Amino acid sequence: MTEATLGGEVPAAPRSGGAAGARMGGAAFGDRAYQLAILGFALFIPLLLVAIAGAVVSAGWPALREFGGSFLTSSRWDAVNGEFGAAPAIFGTLVSSFLALLIATPLAVGVAIFLSEFAPSWLRQPVAFLVDLLAAVPSVVYGLWGIFVLVPVLREHVMPFLADTLKLGRTPFFSGPAYGPSMLAAGLVLAIMVLPYVSAVTREVLLAVPRSQREAALALGATRWEMIWDAVLPYARSGIVGGIILGLGRALGETMAVTMVIGNRHELSASLFAPGYTLASLIANEFSEATGDLHLSALMAAGTTLFVLTLIVNAIARWLVWQVARGPRGR
Amino acid sequence: MSAPASRRARPRRPHPSGHQRAFAERTVRTIARRRVVSALMMTLTYVAAAIATLPLLFILFHLVREGAAALGPDFFTSTPRPVGEAGGGMANAIVGTLVVVGIASAVGLPVGVGAGLYLAENRGTRLAWTVRFLSDVLNGLPSIVLGIFAWDLLVRPFGQFSAIAGGMALGAIMIPLVTRATEEMISLVPGSLREAALALGYPRWRTSLTIVLRTALPGIVTGALVAVARVAGETAPLLFTAFGNQFWSTSVTQPIAALPLQIFTYAISPYDEWHAQAWAGALVLIAIVLVISVVSRFVTRARFGTGSD
Repeated sequence: MTEATLGGEVPAAPRSGGAAGARMGGAAFGDRAYQLAILGFALFIPLLLVAIAGAVVSAGWPALREFGGSFLTSSRWDAVNGEFGAAPAIFGTLVSSFLALLIATPLAVGVAIFLSEFAPSWLRQPVAFLVDLLAAVPSVVYGLWGIFVLVPVLREHVMPFLADTLKLGRTPFFSGPAYGPSMLAAGLVLAIMVLPYVSAVTREVLLAVPRSQREAALALGATRWEMIWDAVLPYARSGIVGGIILGLGRALGETMAVTMVIGNRHELSASLFAPGYTLASLIANEFSEATGDLHLSALMAAGTTLFVLTLIVNAIARWLVWQVARGPRGR
Repeated sequence: MSAPASRRARPRRPHPSGHQRAFAERTVRTIARRRVVSALMMTLTYVAAAIATLPLLFILFHLVREGAAALGPDFFTSTPRPVGEAGGGMANAIVGTLVVVGIASAVGLPVGVGAGLYLAENRGTRLAWTVRFLSDVLNGLPSIVLGIFAWDLLVRPFGQFSAIAGGMALGAIMIPLVTRATEEMISLVPGSLREAALALGYPRWRTSLTIVLRTALPGIVTGALVAVARVAGETAPLLFTAFGNQFWSTSVTQPIAALPLQIFTYAISPYDEWHAQAWAGALVLIAIVLVISVVSRFVTRARFGTGSD
């Protein structure tokens, strides 16, 4: 095993005996110790994941055992009577995340195309930098901005505009009073937050598309947009989808900003104006006021659900991105 | 397909038939339409770039406008005052963040650098592939899940919120970030450098540590700084590990305040003075994060001359 892994990138050092044997023996010990040490650090990562899985499942286990499948399907969350069902939170998690991706994806792909294909060179670095910085802003700062800037704007201007001016208030999706804190606010904040992730992956994938692909399209008389649309995007498709799913993973687990703007109410409503809950915001919001072991365990079970959800989503995303990074097979 | 057709249809014959003329006109119209579509879509990508950069500018604008007003020397030197009393600061939270992030670095940096070394030196192996994949998966886990992990491991058994638990949660977040940065930076080191050292009779481990790692060090430091900046702003995992503290504390076994936690608590409170403090805290937090991001970007670019992409 050590022998095999040692021969990575560099030619194997001579380790035959003879005159140099004694010195080489010392070096071989050092090499082995070094290899073992970094192997240990590397193995720490799988172990950590297993430990996280164990901790998250065991913390949520009492509630999962008590309620079984109804934890996922029931919408009763009654701490007083000890009944817990996370359906509204699961619903809210999915709706806010999909809403975020619905808004962020076209923008992110647009930005990525702009940066990889169209941007004049003096504009490329600054725009890329600003978009990357979006990913560096802490979640709690988005939340703060959401509470004091975004939510009031939504309440005073955007929601009345959508409901009354555009007459969308008659559809179930934009009905009800405009409180401000709502699924819509959560979706918007999340959209801003996942945009840099989707756009970074998309840009990476677009840059991995071979030049020949573009040149061939242009040589056939395609306009620049047709080149992108017909030659570049199909080639990069699974990688872009991977980036979007990666963004989905981020959105599903985002906690602070969502907690601060979603309104935190156990409620299943089709209206984007209605307050809601997500799994993450449920945990964050109720942890400090959890009334008993079962309540606490129910919150942790929400964490278990979130863990499984993001694990699956991330595995799929990484796999898709790697498909492109490794280049297409047999195409 | 239409370009050659139009070229054939246009000149040559003095009197093209009606059918041919219609075809030519249609082709010209098609080309015009395709050009317009192309220009339109290009413009739309410009618009997308503009819209994507706006939120950041808005956020920075509001942070500076609201935050600067509440930011004074007091903010850095005094602890929070009770509700209703003016003034007070977040000195304890700033120190708390330093303590928690210090613990996180003590955990996350060695493991991340070690694992990154392993991945860079054993590139093609199945184990490296697996670890890289799992590291990416770990990176994608919600931070609140890592908070639950640390809570279950270090808070529940002891019945006590602590700075250590918070540091562990943040350390686990740092590991995949540092691993990835280390691996990338080490693979940028030219192979010839390693070969030269080996040819001079350096053992493999000394080559790795004193030649390769040293060469890649500025990049790794940058990556580590980015990871530090990222966890310094994390709030969710601290909610049930470090927990927060209104008073001065530097004990690692006690609940400890942290800047993002304090911002959260103040932001959702109903008091105007606390809101102002939250804005000031956010301004300080974002200043730290931005400075690290900007510095790291320039360091990396100067070092490797590859830009940042």
